[in-house]
Amino acid sequence: MTDDLDDLKTLMNAATPVPDAQRRAENLSIAQENFNRAQGLQTGARPTDKRGRIARLTEGVKTMLNAVSHRGALTATTAIAAVALVMIVPQTRDYVVNPTSRAENRQAEPIAGILPTPNSESVHDGAVSDLQGLVADAPATSPKPRVRKSNAQESSSLGATMESGIAGGALYERAPSIAPSPIELDQRVVPEADTEAFANSDTNALKVTTEEPVSTFSIDVDTASYSIVRSSLMRGQLPPKDAVRVEEMVNYFPYAYLAPEGEMPFRPTITVSPTPWNEGTQLVHIGIQGELPQIAERAPLNLVFLIDTSGSMQDPTKLPLLKQSFRLLLSELRPEDQVSIVTYAGSAGQVLEPTAASERTKILSSLDQLEAGGSTAGQAGLQQAYQVAEGMAAEGEVTRVILATDGDFNVGLSDPDALKGFIAGKRDSGTFLSVLGFGRGNLDDATMQALAQNGNGQASYIDTLGEARKVLVDQLTGALFPIANDVKIQVEFNPTQIAEYRLIGYETRALRREDFSNDKVDAGDIGAGHTVTAIYEVTPVGSDAIRNGPLRYTEQVATDGSDEIGFFKLRYKIPGANQSQLIEEPIFAGQGVASEDVQFSYAIAGFGQLLRGGEYLGSWSYEDAIALANSAKGQDPFGYRAEAVTLIRLAETLAQ
Amino acid sequence: MRMTTTDENLAGAAAKGDADAFAALLARHYDRVFRLAFRLTGRADQAEDLTQDICAALPAKIAGFRGQAKFTTWLYRVVVNAAEDARRRQASHSRAATGWGDVEQMRRAEAAETAEAVDWLQRALQSLPQDLQDTLALTLEDEMTHAQAADVLGVSEGTVSWRMSDIRKRLRALRQEELAQ
Repeated sequence: MTDDLDDLKTLMNAATPVPDAQRRAENLSIAQENFNRAQGLQTGARPTDKRGRIARLTEGVKTMLNAVSHRGALTATTAIAAVALVMIVPQTRDYVVNPTSRAENRQAEPIAGILPTPNSESVHDGAVSDLQGLVADAPATSPKPRVRKSNAQESSSLGATMESGIAGGALYERAPSIAPSPIELDQRVVPEADTEAFANSDTNALKVTTEEPVSTFSIDVDTASYSIVRSSLMRGQLPPKDAVRVEEMVNYFPYAYLAPEGEMPFRPTITVSPTPWNEGTQLVHIGIQGELPQIAERAPLNLVFLIDTSGSMQDPTKLPLLKQSFRLLLSELRPEDQVSIVTYAGSAGQVLEPTAASERTKILSSLDQLEAGGSTAGQAGLQQAYQVAEGMAAEGEVTRVILATDGDFNVGLSDPDALKGFIAGKRDSGTFLSVLGFGRGNLDDATMQALAQNGNGQASYIDTLGEARKVLVDQLTGALFPIANDVKIQVEFNPTQIAEYRLIGYETRALRREDFSNDKVDAGDIGAGHTVTAIYEVTPVGSDAIRNGPLRYTEQVATDGSDEIGFFKLRYKIPGANQSQLIEEPIFAGQGVASEDVQFSYAIAGFGQLLRGGEYLGSWSYEDAIALANSAKGQDPFGYRAEAVTLIRLAETLAQ
Repeated sequence: MRMTTTDENLAGAAAKGDADAFAALLARHYDRVFRLAFRLTGRADQAEDLTQDICAALPAKIAGFRGQAKFTTWLYRVVVNAAEDARRRQASHSRAATGWGDVEQMRRAEAAETAEAVDWLQRALQSLPQDLQDTLALTLEDEMTHAQAADVLGVSEGTVSWRMSDIRKRLRALRQEELAQ
C-alpha cells in the first residue's frame, strides 16, 4: 500500500517549483556578505556584549560610522528609527527597555554579526538624542536596511515576520506579545545589562513601630538568588543588585534548628541577640525547622520534566549541565517512581513516555538524544506536560512538573495571566511546578519566581554540577514533599519596647496585614527537612540608633510593664487541608542563645545587604562578614559555608 | 577540488572562517533547502523568503557546527526550525491560515499537472497534523532515511516510522472517503 505515498511524492515533486534564479544569486550573495561580516565582527562583537550599555552605544556608533557610507541608507534608517520611536514613545519606560534588551541578546548570540544594525543610532543628532536613555538598546529594534525583494514584502507581510524569527531575534515590537512578558507578572522587573530579568523590590524600609506595628510576609524557601550571586562572582562580576534576595541567600544554607516534637510538622525557634553591624540594635532571628524527612516511607513520585530545547540552550552550562544533573537525580529515584520527558522549543513533544525509574538505560538514552536547536517554538508545552502528569498520577502518589529552561518561557500560553492562572489551577489539583534555571545571559529570574510561586514549587538556579547535586539529590525530598503549605508569618512589635524595626529580605514576599488570616491567599511552602530563616533588625526604645526622632503631635506610648518585645504568629496548612492552623508565641528581649547557625545566618544576611548597597550597615564591611562567617562555620559537612567565605572574599576584591 | 570534499569537511572549514568553503557548501545545498522550504510551507513565495532568511542566518549558525551530526541533518534541522518559527509567528499574529491550508495559492502552482491532482495534494497535506506534515516534508527528500529524519526532528526513529505509517493510514482513509463520494 505504498501507492498513496508514492503518488504524493510524484505530485509533490511536480508541484515543487524551481528556485528563482535571480533570488538564488541574491540570497547566496547575502549569505556570503553576512559570512564575511560575521568573521570580521566576531572578535569585536563578543566583548561589547559584556561591557554594558554605554560601551555598546559607543561601539555601535563607531561600527555604524564605518558601515554606513551611503547617503540613501542613512536617510532610510533615519526614517525607520523615527517610525520606531513613534511606536515606542507611548509606552512606559520599563516596557520599552525590557523588550528591546531582550531582543538584543537573542540576536546577539545566534547571529552575532549578521545584523550589525547599529545604524539607527546614526540619527542621534535628530529626535533620537532626547530619548537616548530610552532607546539605548534600540539597535535591535530597528530593522536593518536590507531590502527584501519588494513583491515578497507586499504579497505577504510574513516576510518581515519570518525575518525576525529566523534571524534569531525578536527584532520587532511584536515580540513581547509572544513571550510572556515578565513585566506583566506582578513583580516589578528592572532591566539589566543583558536580557536577564530579576524579581526584586526596594529594600524593606525601616518601620516606626507606633505607626505600623505589624509585619506580615510569606516564607520563601527558594535558593536561586544565592546561586545567581555565586555565578556572577565566579565570573568576576558583582551581581546586579536586584539579583540579590537576602532571604534566599540566608536560606541557601542548611541549619540545625531545634527539631519539631509531637504532632507539629515544624517548629519555630526565636533568638534575640545583638546586631553585628549596629551596637544600638538587636536582631530577632526566627528559625523554622521542618520535620525531618522519612526517606524510607516516601510516596512514589511521578516526575514530568519539561525541558527547553531552544537554540540558546546549546551552551555547555545549559543543556549539557541539565543532562548531567538529571543523571544525578535519576540515581535518587526508586524503581516505583516514574519519569517522563516533554520538550518545548526546537524539538517538540513528548520524548519519553512515562517510564519506571528502574529503566535507567531507556531514560538515559532519551535524555542523551535531547539536542538544542531552533528558536523557542513550543506549542502547548506546558499543557502537554500537565496532561502527561495527570495521566501518571495515582492515589497516594506525588506528581510534579519540573520546568528546566534558560529563560525562554514560551511554553505555549503567551498571556502571563493565563499562564499564572493555569499553573495555579493545576496547583490546586495537586500537581506542583518547580523551575530550574540554567545559564546566564537570558535568565528570566522574575518569571521563574512567579511561576514557581504560583505552582507551589521551588525556583532554583543551577550553575554548577555541585549545585545540581544539592538541589536534585541532597534536598530532593524537601523540594518534592511539602509538609506544610501556605506558611505565613506575622510579627507584631510592642511599641513600648521597640521603636523601629525592619525585616531583612523577603521584599518580594510581603503580604498585606489582612492576608495573614485569609486562607485563600497563597503563600510559601515548607518541604520535609527544610529550614527557613527570617531576621528582623529592631531598635529598642531609648537606643541612640533610632533613626526617626519622636513626633511632636503624636502621643508617646507609656510603658505597659511587659517585657515582651513582640508577638510572633504563624499560620500554615497541613497539605491537602483548606483550613490553616495557628502557632503563636511572645518574643522576649534577650531570648535564646545565638548559636553558630544563627551567627552564620547573620553573616550571610550582612553579605547580602552589602551586595545590595548596605544602606543600614554603617561601616560594617565585607571583611567583617568574612570574620563573622569564619567564626561561625561550624562543622560544615558539605562545604557550603566555606564556599560562602570564598564568595565574600571575591566580592570584597571586586567591590574595591 | 572542492567539489569532491565532503559536506562535513566543508562545513568544518566554514565554521573556522573559510569563506570559499562556505560558498561552495551553500551553492551545493541551496536548491535542496529551497525544496524542503517549499514542502514545509506549501507556497513558492514563502519558500523563497524562508530560504533567504536561512541564507542570512546561516553564516552565524555555521560557526556552531561541530561535526557531531551529518551536515545535511544539521541543515535540515535549521530549515525545519525556521519554518516552525515562521508558522508560530504567523499564528501568534492571528493571521489567516496560509501555506498548505490555502487552496487558492496551490491552484496557481504552475508546474502542477492538473488542478485536480494538486487539489488532492493540498487536501492530503492539509488533513495532516503539523508534526506529520513536517515528517512527511522531510521524508519526501530523496535518500532521506527514517533515522536521519528522526535525527532532524529530534525524535526517535521509531516515532518517524510510526508517523509514516500513520500518514499512510490517513492517506488511504482520505482516498476511500473520496471514492465513497
